[in-house]
Amino acid sequence: MTAPSARAPRTPWIAPGWWFVAPALTLIVVFFVGPVLAAIVLSFTDFDLYALADPRAAHWVGLRNYSRVLQEPLFWQALRNTLYFALVGGPLTVAASLGAALLVNARALRWKGTARAIFFAPFVTTLVAVAIVWRYLYHPRYGLLNWMLGHVGVQPIDWLGDPRWAMPAIILMATWKNFGYNMLIFIAGLQNIPRELHEAAALDGATPFQRFRHVTIPMLAPTMFFVVIVTMIGYLQLFTEPYVMTQGGPLRATTSLVLYMYEEGFRWWRLGVAAAIAFLLFLVIVLFTLLQRRISPRGAA
Amino acid sequence: MTRARAREFRTGTVALYAALVVFGALSLLPLLWMLSASFMAQGEATTFPPALLPRNPTLVHYRDLFGRLALGRYAMNSALVATVTTIGALAINASAGYAFAKLRFRGRDATFRAMAAGLAIPVQVAMLPLFLLIKSLGLVNNYGGVIIPGLSSIFGIFLVRQYALAIPDDLLDAARIDGASEFRVFRSIVLPTIQPVLATLALWTFLATWNDFMWPLIVLSDDAKYTLPVALAGLVGEHAQDVELMMAGAVITVLPVLILFLMLQRYYVEGVTEGSVK
Repeated sequence: MTAPSARAPRTPWIAPGWWFVAPALTLIVVFFVGPVLAAIVLSFTDFDLYALADPRAAHWVGLRNYSRVLQEPLFWQALRNTLYFALVGGPLTVAASLGAALLVNARALRWKGTARAIFFAPFVTTLVAVAIVWRYLYHPRYGLLNWMLGHVGVQPIDWLGDPRWAMPAIILMATWKNFGYNMLIFIAGLQNIPRELHEAAALDGATPFQRFRHVTIPMLAPTMFFVVIVTMIGYLQLFTEPYVMTQGGPLRATTSLVLYMYEEGFRWWRLGVAAAIAFLLFLVIVLFTLLQRRISPRGAA
Repeated sequence: MTRARAREFRTGTVALYAALVVFGALSLLPLLWMLSASFMAQGEATTFPPALLPRNPTLVHYRDLFGRLALGRYAMNSALVATVTTIGALAINASAGYAFAKLRFRGRDATFRAMAAGLAIPVQVAMLPLFLLIKSLGLVNNYGGVIIPGLSSIFGIFLVRQYALAIPDDLLDAARIDGASEFRVFRSIVLPTIQPVLATLALWTFLATWNDFMWPLIVLSDDAKYTLPVALAGLVGEHAQDVELMMAGAVITVLPVLILFLMLQRYYVEGVTEGSVK
């Protein structure tokens, strides 16, 4: 370090701030921004296994990858599956989060910390490991779930083997795994509701349910919309659950866009096609993000 | 309190605890069953009605996994990758987060806004060219290829910046007037002050890296280099019928992160609430 002059602020050639952010920015530019831009180029080429050995084998093909993908029935099925997962799974997860948050936040409840830790535990677990656990819970003959449902008279369901049930099964598992995260956000939100509001409503003779309906829900609504959209955006990137639990089946009923992209890119090494799929996914995510910007209140986001 | 009110209160409390028990049981059941089945004899978990507890608890599957199937090696790989990523991410994101909060330099706010916009781009978009980049650097099937792209995280920088905004400028200026260099100010004043958020960042990075699946799956091709989740996903392909063995494998993968979370819960929770408020 150079000798500092005590009073006057030094005016070095490069502001010290840049030195502090340089490592992070360099990494972000090289390993994220650069690749994103390169992905645009990649999606306009026929980059494949041969190009992997020698990049000169790749040619510019314009929009061919996009038009080919858009004519592929599997793409549309993957898009439908992904939207199914996000549009059903997102709100379901958030509803479970809200329920858990209300429970943990209830004034009469003791052991709040323990309850919160229990609800949050599934979120920190390793997705691959618990997806395998759920594979066995869903076993049509020996699985715990069908056995429990059998007690209330439900006939055994072939959860992961029936194309109609496979996606609901993955949604259920994802809800279990993820609700704890938003629960924490809701607990913080609930604690921000001024107690006087509840007390005033109680004085006016409101029942607990009415207070929930007319005080809690309106106060929490901004957070709720925000959380639903953020959860759905995360869910649009579905990959590990179908990879481990169903390999995208049965009959492609659980093939998500990212799984489709993975197969095209890293199994068949059609990187150009895969990049086009990645951008189409990005487009969907952008639509959801715009929606979020639209409805999110001033404070959030 | 009138008697009617008291009764309403009591039934309310009962309902509350009933809901809590149901919700709690649903959360824990899959994990408890995983643990229980891992101690069952082979074939015991595939009976009807399902066995809930092992008749004669056995450690044979754990012995199998660590012996014959060398799961210990994958655990070491995972620990190595997660530890190195965490240490690197701490240094890189802490300094950047602090600078974005407290140091003035031209282009700071524009850069920060651009980064925030980058958060909206899904990582999968970058993955294909990133793989080609990693390949051209000779880092395919190398831990470097798994670690380096995870070192700098926009989320991590946000987290630290948010916390560092609260450091009083006077504190920093006092040290500068005493002749401390910017690096010295960072090391001896900023770092001690932001310690709690560093713990949060470390925990998040470690758990996220330990749990990560897709990127290590793409980068690591040699069996011996797999991380635990990748190895486990491969194992279930060959041993799908060995439920008890697979459950033991799941326990080995999940247990370290669960213990870490239970010990350092407070820091984890702060990460969620800080991150969501931004």
